[in-house]
Amino acid sequence: MLSVNTTLLNAERRPAKPRISERKSVSQASNEISQQTRWMLAVRDSRDRDAFVKLFDFFAPRLKGFIMRSGTSSHQAEEIVQDVMLTIWRKAAQFDPHRAQVSAWVYQIARNRQIDLARKENRPLPEELKEDPGQEQDASQILGVEQETAKLRLALKTLNPDQREIIEQAYMGELTHHEISAKTGIPLGTIKSRIRLGLARLRHELKDLTQ
Amino acid sequence: MSAVTHHVPDAMLAAYAAGRLPKAFAAVIAAHISLCEDCRAALGAHHALGGAILEETSKVDVSTALKSDVLDLLDSPFTPEPVYERKGVYPGPVMELLKGREPKWKTLGMGVRQDILFGDAEGSVRLLFIPPGQAVPDHSHNGLELTLVLQGSFSDETGVFGVGDLEVADEHLEHTPIAGEGAPCICLAATDAPLRFRAFVPRLMQPLFRI
Repeated sequence: MLSVNTTLLNAERRPAKPRISERKSVSQASNEISQQTRWMLAVRDSRDRDAFVKLFDFFAPRLKGFIMRSGTSSHQAEEIVQDVMLTIWRKAAQFDPHRAQVSAWVYQIARNRQIDLARKENRPLPEELKEDPGQEQDASQILGVEQETAKLRLALKTLNPDQREIIEQAYMGELTHHEISAKTGIPLGTIKSRIRLGLARLRHELKDLTQ
Repeated sequence: MSAVTHHVPDAMLAAYAAGRLPKAFAAVIAAHISLCEDCRAALGAHHALGGAILEETSKVDVSTALKSDVLDLLDSPFTPEPVYERKGVYPGPVMELLKGREPKWKTLGMGVRQDILFGDAEGSVRLLFIPPGQAVPDHSHNGLELTLVLQGSFSDETGVFGVGDLEVADEHLEHTPIAGEGAPCICLAATDAPLRFRAFVPRLMQPLFRI
């Protein structure tokens, strides 16, 4: 887990997206990029098995806990974890740290695979974005996505237990969209503003890609 | 693409991220996101929140066999799922429903045509072809209806919908969409009415023939 250090807190006061001249080089910023992201990039770019083992040790027990919370047996949960971890290895090329933190990418895979396996059908997914293969890795953008995610995590911690429960139920797939809509009467302002901030950043990045 | 003005409601996007939308609706959302940068970014933010919850979930130890099984399987051959590319006005998720084929239009009368792409107990999704200026008969629905414009446009009591726009209608909306001038309007439409051809077709035909 990312610890909330002073770098992240200071980042609150930084502009949403640094100007080009302020962008850090990969080497400058790479020390600040989280371990998970570095492991995932090593898996993606060098098929690094040791890095994959690290990812497995980090995510497999969390995935198992996450899947079992909605009532799945330990045995079935392990089958899903196996599938998710193999999907992470096989689809590593689709991981883009400029757009998603590792846990966000793993969450997406986990939800889709869990449902696909239960229903024996494929969830409809949007087209993958096609990126310019020559695009340079932008460490400050990667760091920015991580910082937004860290802020989201902080915002989650400020929720009271009831609010937190609803958010967890929603993202574990236990609520229909009608139920999610109906329950937004509960003040989720912090979470929502974080989502909007993250949204603005991601949208900015997407616009950069298409220019 | 940037002209998209009607988007996915946030609760629906959260339910989509969590894999909770019925497949027929999920297909329309996936198609919309393929055409809409804003909603792709918003989906990214929902995944980030899901990922944050996943990281915070209490860990449950996995068996040692699971790890060795996964590592053994890393090099085993596997068949990647087919990727359906966008073709003409049809984004990837629609091509997936079409399984790569051209639409097989069936006439409903007055130049209106449809191709039912998928249906299960939770909903069905179809392509609709509406000639310019043609009214789609006033149709009430039992529940939710999502309509995504793929070509041309339509307008109804709630506004004008162009390519990429998504209309979300519930059972309270009585509307009479009329296709805009210019290119015929092609839409992807999902309803949660069970797939009943006999019930759907006469209801659609009735006002057309004024019977």
